[in-house]
Amino acid sequence: MAVQKLPLAKALNESLRTALETDPKVLVMGEDVGKLGGVFRVTDGLQKDFGEERVIDTPLAESGIVGTAIGLALRGYRPVVEIQFDGFVFPAYDQIVTQLAKMHARALGKIKLPVVVRIPYGGGIGAVEHHSESPEALFAHVAGLKVVSPSNSSDAYWMLQQAIQSDDPVIFFEPKRRYWDKGEVDTEAIPGELHKARTVREGSDLTLVAYGPMVKLCLEAAAVAAEEGRSVEVVDLRSMSPIDFDAIQTSVEKTRRLVVVHEAPVFYGSGAEIAARITERCFYHLEAPVLRVGGYHAPYPPARLEEEYLPGLDRVLDAVDRSLAY
Amino acid sequence: MTVEGTAARKPRRSSKRTSASATKAPGAQSAEPQLVQLLTPEGERVQHPEYDIDLSPEELRGLYRDMVLTRRFDAEATSLQRQGELGLWASLLGQEAAQIGSGRALRDDDYVFPTYREHGVAWCRGVDPTNLLGMFRGVNHGGWDPTSNNFHLYTIVIGSQTLHATGYAMGVAKDGSDSAVIAYFGDGASSQGDVAESFTFSAVYNAPVVFFCQNNQWAISEPTEKQTRVPLYQRAQGFGFPGVRVDGNDVLACLAVTRSALERARRGEGPTLVEAFTYRMGAHTTSDDPTRYRLDDERAAWEAKDPILRLRTYLEKQGLADAAFFEELETESETLGKRVREAVRAMPDPDHMAMFDHVYADGHALVDEERAQFAAYQASFADADGEVK
Repeated sequence: MAVQKLPLAKALNESLRTALETDPKVLVMGEDVGKLGGVFRVTDGLQKDFGEERVIDTPLAESGIVGTAIGLALRGYRPVVEIQFDGFVFPAYDQIVTQLAKMHARALGKIKLPVVVRIPYGGGIGAVEHHSESPEALFAHVAGLKVVSPSNSSDAYWMLQQAIQSDDPVIFFEPKRRYWDKGEVDTEAIPGELHKARTVREGSDLTLVAYGPMVKLCLEAAAVAAEEGRSVEVVDLRSMSPIDFDAIQTSVEKTRRLVVVHEAPVFYGSGAEIAARITERCFYHLEAPVLRVGGYHAPYPPARLEEEYLPGLDRVLDAVDRSLAY
Repeated sequence: MTVEGTAARKPRRSSKRTSASATKAPGAQSAEPQLVQLLTPEGERVQHPEYDIDLSPEELRGLYRDMVLTRRFDAEATSLQRQGELGLWASLLGQEAAQIGSGRALRDDDYVFPTYREHGVAWCRGVDPTNLLGMFRGVNHGGWDPTSNNFHLYTIVIGSQTLHATGYAMGVAKDGSDSAVIAYFGDGASSQGDVAESFTFSAVYNAPVVFFCQNNQWAISEPTEKQTRVPLYQRAQGFGFPGVRVDGNDVLACLAVTRSALERARRGEGPTLVEAFTYRMGAHTTSDDPTRYRLDDERAAWEAKDPILRLRTYLEKQGLADAAFFEELETESETLGKRVREAVRAMPDPDHMAMFDHVYADGHALVDEERAQFAAYQASFADADGEVK
């Protein structure tokens, strides 16, 4: 069963299963993760096979979930906690920022906090308020945390394995609108490094950088651009903290143009950080300012408006046009 | 049974407290309930139907010594702040019995999650007192290895550690161990959501944890009336586990009640809330000015209930300690004070590069990059000899 074609959610499920099988210290905890298997079924069947002591339905209290996970990690466990939706993480934000992120440094390295916080994130599923947000920058801004997001099934499987094995706390953002997208997963492959970006399409005229749900969109944009005679490179960032700036720099030194795409608001977003760093690193290579495509400085809109709020094919291609017009 | 039902308790009139009864909710108690006491403020040994303790003269002298040395250490730290050697100090003055009594109830394999004021508990755990001073001097944020004495780092964010204690206790139960966990917090923290969530989690999972609340009457400037309309120990009932109020200035009662709660946890019967009714004799920290919000009369009333004085009275009356014991302890106190003073003064500032250490366990590219940038920047000030000025 080395190579399977799996939906992204099922790849995550297989990854959790592998972790539970190989390390008795791994725990899965969260709201509805047990009998129900999670609202997206990412933990489907795990409690049945590994028991209530290892796959734990928790009280409905996010700070409590993360706070007790910290205590379990101090006892030697490796908790993988699920926050049910992106917009519900904020009761736990205090524990994540003031405790989870800083405890290792507070102890001058004498204790480790191997906790993974899984968060389904992003829009495009027609949900009600608080179910479509992209708060990754709020976590990437915090020293002590690592922040990653897979864009496909193979990365979902392997990046979660690596996050669980990491001795640092990892905020693991899952692109919920891609949960049902199928992709090949080779469970015997040798995975790439967790915090390295990957070039998913080669090109020579412009670089698109994206992660999570926007990688697929950028590949579609690159395909359309190709029909118009433009060679667009697409880099899947995979990790938002740390960011693989070397990979972006290498690409931009070749293409001389950069557009960053994410669902999160562009204001203070990861695109802003990438634009600043790449401008410093590639000042003499750039033919155009780094452009960003993302959400607006407005609360995530009602579902009937999300198509306008979210970066779509046309908005990405518009940015490509503007960059190439310089 | 340790559940303290309101009906079973005889209300004891307290003029101070009843004066505030007009602000209390209908049905709330208008007088303070009785608390578990084994040694009165006058140094008289009294019996309690549910809690008792039988200690040898040596053990009693040991508790006295712990409290005296803790108070001496605390006074030295306050002085060191006044001398500019520490940036801040959070004094435990007045809370010695609550901390030594509960601290001495613990086994070595039990695990402690303190706030930032548990200097007496740290003493009981064998943590070198000078280790506690680094964060107050500003050379680290704690820095000790929590696993060497099963004494977690001081937690400054109010109430956060109660969840860590609960999670740790859940792990203890999973391991099939009969160790117990104790979480310290205060009356102010009782209003924090994390404390309520820790009560919920520990009750639901039957975690072997003791919640030890030192109700020292003041959360900086806010009296307990600003945190609760019922006695704090009664909160436990609503979560489904027992709560008990103990005289927090009675080291014997604190020891007996905590030991009982820990044993209950070991037997797999779940959490207990202990409310140690005590008083913060000093300021919240050395930055605080309590004259702005409380009256001297109140402090004087509590001074008469001093935890150390009452045990000394008992030891002397019973002939359990002679003059030589007290003299030797005085000498030992001064030696401790001197050792702490010298250790703090000799505590070096951290290396400039230290801020980049231990941000991550497995490293981080950005930290590496910024460390190198900072090192290069620092080196740019070096003179011809390579000395950085």
